[in-house]
Amino acid sequence: MEVPILKQGPYLIASIQSALSDNDLMELRDSLVNQVGKFRSRGVIVDVTALDVMDSFATRTLRDIAHMIRLRGAEMVIVGIQPEVAFALVRLGLKLEGVSTALDLEEGIFYLDRMTRLRGKEARTRAQ
Amino acid sequence: MRNEGWQKAPASGRAASPGKNGRVAIRDVSIPVQSDLDIVGARHQGRSLAAALGFSPGDATLIATAISELARNIILYAKRGQIILKPVAQSDSSGLVIVASDEGPGIPDVRRALEDGYSTSQSLGLGLPGVRRLMDEFEIVSEVNRGTKVTVKKWRR
Amino acid sequence: MRKTAQSPTSYSPSTEELLSELVAHLRQNRTQLREEWARRITEAKLLTAMSKEEIFAEATAVYDNYVEALESGTFEALQAYARNLSERIIPRGVETHEVIGIVLLLRDVLARSLFAKYQTDFALLNHILDAYEPAANRIANTVAVGFVQERERVIREQQEAIRVLSTPVLQVRERLLILPIIGVIDPQRARQLTEQLLRGIRTNRAKVVVMDITGVPVMDASVANHIVQTVEATRLLGATVIITGLSPEIAQTLVTIGVDLSKMYTVGDLQGGIEEAERLLGYKVAPVSESSASA
Repeated sequence: MEVPILKQGPYLIASIQSALSDNDLMELRDSLVNQVGKFRSRGVIVDVTALDVMDSFATRTLRDIAHMIRLRGAEMVIVGIQPEVAFALVRLGLKLEGVSTALDLEEGIFYLDRMTRLRGKEARTRAQ
Repeated sequence: MRNEGWQKAPASGRAASPGKNGRVAIRDVSIPVQSDLDIVGARHQGRSLAAALGFSPGDATLIATAISELARNIILYAKRGQIILKPVAQSDSSGLVIVASDEGPGIPDVRRALEDGYSTSQSLGLGLPGVRRLMDEFEIVSEVNRGTKVTVKKWRR
Repeated sequence: MRKTAQSPTSYSPSTEELLSELVAHLRQNRTQLREEWARRITEAKLLTAMSKEEIFAEATAVYDNYVEALESGTFEALQAYARNLSERIIPRGVETHEVIGIVLLLRDVLARSLFAKYQTDFALLNHILDAYEPAANRIANTVAVGFVQERERVIREQQEAIRVLSTPVLQVRERLLILPIIGVIDPQRARQLTEQLLRGIRTNRAKVVVMDITGVPVMDASVANHIVQTVEATRLLGATVIITGLSPEIAQTLVTIGVDLSKMYTVGDLQGGIEEAERLLGYKVAPVSESSASA
């Protein structure tokens, strides 16, 4: 099942459904990387509120996506990790290192706003 | 050469246990695993069964996650196999046994695969130590060129 | 001793007769046997939590109940007494081995007095012991089990109380949760704590959690792991954890275990932690390389 990606201003929002197969995840990766380039998005929010299981594959792939998106000059944040899923992830020993997380969509957008503002400042400082 | 690494002996009893509200006895569920879609199906079924058996949402997630890992191992290393979900009952508790088996290449060094350094953060990890952390009991039997069988168990608290 | 019709060839008294003879003997020698028992209790350094007078008073009650049970052959009264006794002495700090010890001592004192009385008639002594043994064992068992059950009940209650008291997730300010951890953390409790905390973060949309471990007496690898896991899981929900009450000893233990303290946000005490949390909430700093979206 394809993951819907919405454009919201400078950001892309991908909402993952619960029946997410490995293929879906890899297609999502390609889509996001593509669209970030196409729309010159500054940030990507991956909303996993509906995801009831995050296993090692999902974690690795999300990390890869974050990495690739950063290479394209954008920030990524994962929002909506359920409490039970967070607990399982940690028990499994998986680390979402290098990937930002926030509580929900609102917090995610807030985070991206801050990050892009900060980056803007950095760029301006460097340019001087 | 046969390799065995085991943590605890599996509990006795293969009787199906009735649902919490005295519903019809829940039988074993056998799920063939051949594609990545089957992984999703297996964990959905695992979660439903866990909920029906009265596991907490947190434990149901642990079970579904373990099933996902085991199913994926089957696909990655053996291409096909099966997952069997067995409700079990002991004198004062009930639980779920998950058996993931395949006839694939087997694991040459089971002991090493069970070490924590061999984690899923590397792309070629089996994630077995992680699965063991999610469950209450864990047992693995693997023979090169014959196959692998992982049996895990979770008890309802 | 009455002759019975049981065996025409040899004299073989019935169990009832033997027991009633035994009971008569125990009643007759009540004073002396109680005193001897109380003396041996003190010698064995049992019931040290109680005074001599108290020991004697309880000894009297136990003795009488003991004889009563021997005579009647029923144990309900003894059970009730054992429970009652346990309720009284457990808060005094009396332990299981002491209770079992004194009951066995009584058994011994009485057996020895039987030896003394019937030493000239070995056959009769044997009969009497045959009657006495099972009854005495049953009594010892009844008292010991009664005590242990009462003790377990008390422990369960205490544990539940601690559990209830010490797993609150408190919202004191908007977006700020405090989790004071008190008492011993077993794996079950640790899981409960984490689940409660994570749900609380979601419900309260908390961005900072102050986890105070001042009240945690023992820190070993498994507890440390639980705490680390809780911190990691909290980060996944976009919140920052500040740990307070980390004593130098516990910090040392954590480092020895292999916990990377540099990754954990720690502040000396709870008050300081709350102030730091408020600072984080009021003055938002965008992280450059942190993996959490908060702070």
